[in-house]
Amino acid sequence: MKKLALSDEILMTIEKPARYIGNEINIVKKELDKIEIRFCMCFPDVYEIGMSHLGIQILYDMFNRREDTYCERVYSPWVDLDKIMREKKIPLFALESQDPIKEFDFLGITLQYEMCYTNILQILELSQIPIYAKDRSEEDPFVLGGGPCTYNPEPIADFFDFFYIGEGEVIYDELLDLYKEHKKQGGTRREFLEKIAELDGIYVPSFYDIEYKDDLTIASITKNNPHAKDSVKRVVEMNMSETYYPKNPVVPYIKATQDRVVLEIQRGCIRGCRFCQAGMVYRPTRERSVEFLKEYAKSMLKATGHEEISLSSLSSSDYSGLQELVYYLIDEFGTKGVNISLPSLRIDAFALDVMSKVQDVKKSSLTFAPEAGSQRLRDVVNKGLTEEAILKGALEAFQSGWNRVKLYFMMGLPTETEEDIEGIAILSDKIAREYYTIPKDQRNGKVSIVSSTSFFVPKPFTPFQWVRMNTTEEYLSKQHLLRSKMNEQLNRKSIKYNWHEAELSILEGVFARGDRKVSKVIYDAYKAGCLYDSWSEHFKYDLWIKAFEENGLSIAFYTSRERELEEILPWEFIDVGVTKEFLWREYSRAKAEKVTPNCKLGCANCGAKVFNGGVCFDGVLQEVSQ
Amino acid sequence: MKTRLKFTKSGPLKFIGHLDVMRYFQKAIRRAELDVEYSQGYSPHQLMSFAAPLGVGLTSDGEYLDVQFHTCDAPKIMVEKLNAVMAEDIQIVDFKILPDTSKNAMSIVAAADYLVSIKDGYSFLEKELFEIKFKEFYLQNSINITKKTKKSENEVDIKPFIYSYGFLQKDFFDSIGQSGAMNQDFSSVAETYKNGIRVFMQLATGSVNNLKPELVMEAFCQYAGIEYNTFAYQIHRMEVYAACGNDSDQTLVPLNQVL
Repeated sequence: MKKLALSDEILMTIEKPARYIGNEINIVKKELDKIEIRFCMCFPDVYEIGMSHLGIQILYDMFNRREDTYCERVYSPWVDLDKIMREKKIPLFALESQDPIKEFDFLGITLQYEMCYTNILQILELSQIPIYAKDRSEEDPFVLGGGPCTYNPEPIADFFDFFYIGEGEVIYDELLDLYKEHKKQGGTRREFLEKIAELDGIYVPSFYDIEYKDDLTIASITKNNPHAKDSVKRVVEMNMSETYYPKNPVVPYIKATQDRVVLEIQRGCIRGCRFCQAGMVYRPTRERSVEFLKEYAKSMLKATGHEEISLSSLSSSDYSGLQELVYYLIDEFGTKGVNISLPSLRIDAFALDVMSKVQDVKKSSLTFAPEAGSQRLRDVVNKGLTEEAILKGALEAFQSGWNRVKLYFMMGLPTETEEDIEGIAILSDKIAREYYTIPKDQRNGKVSIVSSTSFFVPKPFTPFQWVRMNTTEEYLSKQHLLRSKMNEQLNRKSIKYNWHEAELSILEGVFARGDRKVSKVIYDAYKAGCLYDSWSEHFKYDLWIKAFEENGLSIAFYTSRERELEEILPWEFIDVGVTKEFLWREYSRAKAEKVTPNCKLGCANCGAKVFNGGVCFDGVLQEVSQ
Repeated sequence: MKTRLKFTKSGPLKFIGHLDVMRYFQKAIRRAELDVEYSQGYSPHQLMSFAAPLGVGLTSDGEYLDVQFHTCDAPKIMVEKLNAVMAEDIQIVDFKILPDTSKNAMSIVAAADYLVSIKDGYSFLEKELFEIKFKEFYLQNSINITKKTKKSENEVDIKPFIYSYGFLQKDFFDSIGQSGAMNQDFSSVAETYKNGIRVFMQLATGSVNNLKPELVMEAFCQYAGIEYNTFAYQIHRMEVYAACGNDSDQTLVPLNQVL
């Protein structure tokens, strides 16, 4: 039998052993003696979540196209195996070769959400790699981070040798070439970091010193190494139709959360919602060509055998070739039993036509994300969706047979009042009323409205990066208010209200805008037993509170504090393209309840034009301004 | 048209559970772009059914799966097309087109052959002693075990459900009338262990009577006065049979030879 890192007995003892055996369909196998660079790509959450992530599939394919590099994968061992690995001192291993990760050259960790931070420490500790970068020796792999959380990497900066800030397609080749050369010359760890510190997009935290003022805000961010740059520029792939994309993604044996082909149709978003980090840091909006997407849809469905294909983007309706692409997918694959799923679609005549073709109207539901309950607050956050559009879309859908609606809102948005919160209940009720305007004999039973609220978490590089976040108490009282308002509605029996836990959002708020001092809290909380914090059954808020207290840090300093324009923010040294001036301007407009048109209607001069492409140069702007 | 596929399951993939094997086949059939039949409705599924689910941790040379196709190529080509998109450790070894009137595999399963090997590193009897003891164990008039259900505990005699056993593959095949199986160009995917302690057995399987090899080993350990450790055995299924003929003259026929 092929060698596995875990014994049969262990695999028969734990839940879902298939998480750890590798050997999936489409994995890359390479002979180790022909390889110069071993790269282990990690998603610090359980296998089924990690395997659903498109970014790793893109990078896995890209790295393995290099003959000199073997890229493998690793995910967080679930708590049952975690315990056994600690007891038996089994080093964490990569799925493909089942070899210990500590033997690799690089361990690349994707940082998709803040609540995975303790899982990073678990990966490092189980791999038997020192948790703090400063304690690593010449024999240890380089530990690097990439993904959305690198737009403020400071709370985890001490655990990483370097961060890759920007899109993976751009400079990895150069980085690996430098590494090969470095390995041949036999340079030190520090020398390699100095070389790559000069590359755009690479941030080496140990090359920067942070000084704090008496009030604990940052006094200065200073380079301590001549190779480090003043500001780290985000790297961006500008040609979305001639770049890496996997034609044969790995297919897991056990059901992943996303058990389907994922087709990224565009990157970036023109909408400019002021709370949305992705909408700011992935500018400019860049589309992939319809031809590229058709070709990849075909190859990926064939290579995986998946029964479903999902289009991925921040706002699918804004993709210019959407109709052509969707009708192609329906015609080409609909008859072959392939489901087509279209998240983030604005409800209009086209969407309803497509949905009626690909879904069972009786079983599916419509989704709207008004985000805020009143037009005033939607203007504050620059969410272009109007009540009129929601009601019109809902009525049309009801007339076509739908009777289920899901609504997503955020609570705690800047300037929020009780009227805005009540507005959530009123809007939910108005949609239900819309349903009952249809004559009884044409209705499809009762209407069902599910309204969910999450708590707003201010993120770096958004116009709301300066705002005060609500406290747990404020959130809970708002939640309470909404529940009572929901119960006052005429159609209350048709409305179901779901809410999120406040504590998790508060902690997310700390990590989102935290500084380097937070890393010790993460370390202590992890050592005290925090792991899988994004899983509510494993989230131990009391341990977190204790870790903050023991380190003399206040949660409120990071969350419930309005920042001044002059304050040096922990992520200030990163240049994402969108400028601080633009973000501040947008914050001011938000307070004045002024909306900003989307990128296709007019240029708001956000700064992303420096990348020389995408929507900024699509020619639409000129037409509008004439 | 109805077809029956025979496949192996081995190596690391023994840890894939039955439902995931089903998903695996659905995707493999799509990768091979075969003209499979789907059920009607908004969430159509492929028309397929398995003969007898294999537990997690078990390996097999003889798993069966019935699939309905609109059209298909010659069996040899179907095997090639599928294996080209399959994992090394789940491979098709036979493909048969069945008459439309044939019953589905699950409903006709009557027996299965197993090879139980003792894994290295577990305390167990010496090989010679094991063979002597196992023979004695089998020669008892009855082998009574307690079967626990949700409601009650029942004493059951499992001896009638052990159809045959043997320590050497050849002897075993002779005893079950499958001597021919030895002559074929056949290589098993079963794992082998240094200690060489193993036993072949043919057991009642299916919806009427079903005896798991684990239960036989547990009963044996009880008889021999040694502790039963669930992790100590590698169980390998070799073949699955249907009962053919009438009540007085029944013969067991491998599922891919039932017409």
